[in-house]
Amino acid sequence: MNAHLSGILFQLFQSLLVVLIAPLLLGWVNQCRAWLQNRTGAGVLQPYRTLRKLFHKDAVVADNASPLFRVTPYILFACMWLAAGVVPVLATDLPYSPAADVIALVGIFALARVFIALAAMDIGTSFGTLGARREMLIAFLAEPALLMVFFTASLISHSTQLPTIVEALAHKDFALYPSMAFAAIAFVMILLAENARIPVDNPTTHLELTMIHEAMILEYSARHLALIEWASSIKLLAYTTIGIALFVPYGIAEAGNWAALPLALVALGVKLVAAGAGLALLETISAKMRIFRAPEFLGTAFLLAVLGMLIHFLLGA
Amino acid sequence: MSASLSAQLINLLAALLLLIAFAMLSQRRVLSLINLFAWQGMVLTVSTLIVAITTSQHHLYYSAGITFALKVVVLPWILHRLIRKLNVKWDVETLINIPITMLFGILLVIFAFNLALPITQLAGTITRGTLGIAIACVLLSFLMMLTRRKAIPQVIGFLAMENGLFFAATSATYGMPLVVELGIALDVLVGMFILGIFFFQIRETFDSLDLKHMEKLKDE
Repeated sequence: MNAHLSGILFQLFQSLLVVLIAPLLLGWVNQCRAWLQNRTGAGVLQPYRTLRKLFHKDAVVADNASPLFRVTPYILFACMWLAAGVVPVLATDLPYSPAADVIALVGIFALARVFIALAAMDIGTSFGTLGARREMLIAFLAEPALLMVFFTASLISHSTQLPTIVEALAHKDFALYPSMAFAAIAFVMILLAENARIPVDNPTTHLELTMIHEAMILEYSARHLALIEWASSIKLLAYTTIGIALFVPYGIAEAGNWAALPLALVALGVKLVAAGAGLALLETISAKMRIFRAPEFLGTAFLLAVLGMLIHFLLGA
Repeated sequence: MSASLSAQLINLLAALLLLIAFAMLSQRRVLSLINLFAWQGMVLTVSTLIVAITTSQHHLYYSAGITFALKVVVLPWILHRLIRKLNVKWDVETLINIPITMLFGILLVIFAFNLALPITQLAGTITRGTLGIAIACVLLSFLMMLTRRKAIPQVIGFLAMENGLFFAATSATYGMPLVVELGIALDVLVGMFILGIFFFQIRETFDSLDLKHMEKLKDE
C-alpha cells in the first residue's frame, strides 16, 4: 500500500515537473541560438514571461469559430501533458506508464495533431488551411519513421513498454548497438520535423507563406495561444526525454530505488542542457529547406530507421 | 582489447560504412561526395586496424596503412585537384530521383543480407556478421554508378565499390594476401590516373562530362 502511494506521489511529482520545466528547455534552446548568432538573447526565462503576458490578455475569437476551436487548446495541452507524464524521465516505475506503450504514445501525438489541424481549418482562413495541410504532409511521413525507431528499440528489449525498454538498455551490461545508432539519427530528424524546428519549419518566422505550425495558430490569442505555446514546449520536452530514454538512459533511477532520485535529477538536468545546446547548434548550422524537400528529409529518416531494424536482424545487436 | 568489445566496435563501424554508402547515394554535390569517400576510407582503415589488433594478423597493419594512404589522402586529393582543374562543381544530376533510388537501396540491402546469410554460417572469423553489410556496400556503389549521369560521380562510385570489396575480404577471411592487396592498390591508383586523363579527353571532345553524349555514334 505504502509503495503504491509513493508511486502515485512520484507520478504526480514527475508530471508537475515536466509541465513546469518545459518552457525552461525552450528558453534554453532559444538562448543558445541567440549566443550562437552573436546576440544577447532574452534570457532563459523569456517563455515564462510570454506565457504570463498571454494569460493576462483578453481572448479574441473569430465570429464563425465553432466550439471545436475553443476546446482544441485544452485538448492539445492535455495530450502533451499525458505524453510527457508517460515517458520515464526520472525513474522507471511510473504507475501510469502501463496506460500507454510507445505505439499508443504515437497515437496521443496524432490525436493532438488532428485536433490542431481541424481547429486551423475551422475558421476558414486560407493560411490556417495551408498550415494544416502542410502539417499533415509532414506528419504522415514522420509518423511511420517514429514507429520504426520505436520498433528497433523494442526488438532489442522485447517490449513496447517504454519503462521496460529503458530498464533493458540502462541496467544491463554495456553494449554497443549499431542499430540504435541508426535509430538515433532518424529520431533526431523526426524530432526536428515534429517540433517545427529549423530545417523543416522556422518557429520564429513572420512570413505566412513559409509557416507550417505558426500558420495553424494564427487565429489564436491570449489564454488559448498561451496553452498552445505551452503545449508545444511540453511536446519538445517530451520528444527530448523520449530520445534520452531510448538512447542515453544512463543515470535513471531503478524501479523502487528512491535513493537514486537526486542523482537521476542531476543526470536529467545535464542531459537536457546538452540536448538543448545540441538542438540549437543543429538549428544554427542548417538552413530551412524548401517545403518540397521535406518529404525527402523525412524519407531519409524512415530509411535510416528501417536500416537500423535490418542491421539488428543481421548483426543481432 | 577483448574479443566481444572489438566485435561490437567492428559491427558499429560496418554500420557506419553502410550509412556512408547511403549518404553517397543521396548526395547531390560533388565536393561532399569526395569528402564522404574519404570518410569511408577512414572508417575502413579503423575497422581494419581493430581486426589487426584483435587477431594479431601482421599483414593487416600494412593493408590498413595502404588503405589510409591511398583512400583517405591520395585519391581524395587527386579528385579534388581534378574537379578544380576541370572547374566542375555543379550539382550531380541523377537519372532517377533520390527517394526512389533510396528505396531501391533498401531492397538491395535486404537482398545482400539474405545472400550473405549462408556464407556467414561457414565463416569462422570474428567479423563474419559484417559480410552482408560489405556486399550491400558493393551493390549500393554499383547502384550509384548506374544512377549518375556525369563521369566523376561514376568514378567515385567505382572507387567506393572497391572499398566495399576490401571490407568484404577483411570480414570474410581477414583480408587477402599482401601481394594481392598491393596489386589492387596499384590498380586503383593507375586506374584513377587513366580515368583522370579520360575526363579531359571527354571534355575536349564533347565540351561536357555528361556521358549521354557517348551513347550516340557519329557518322562522318
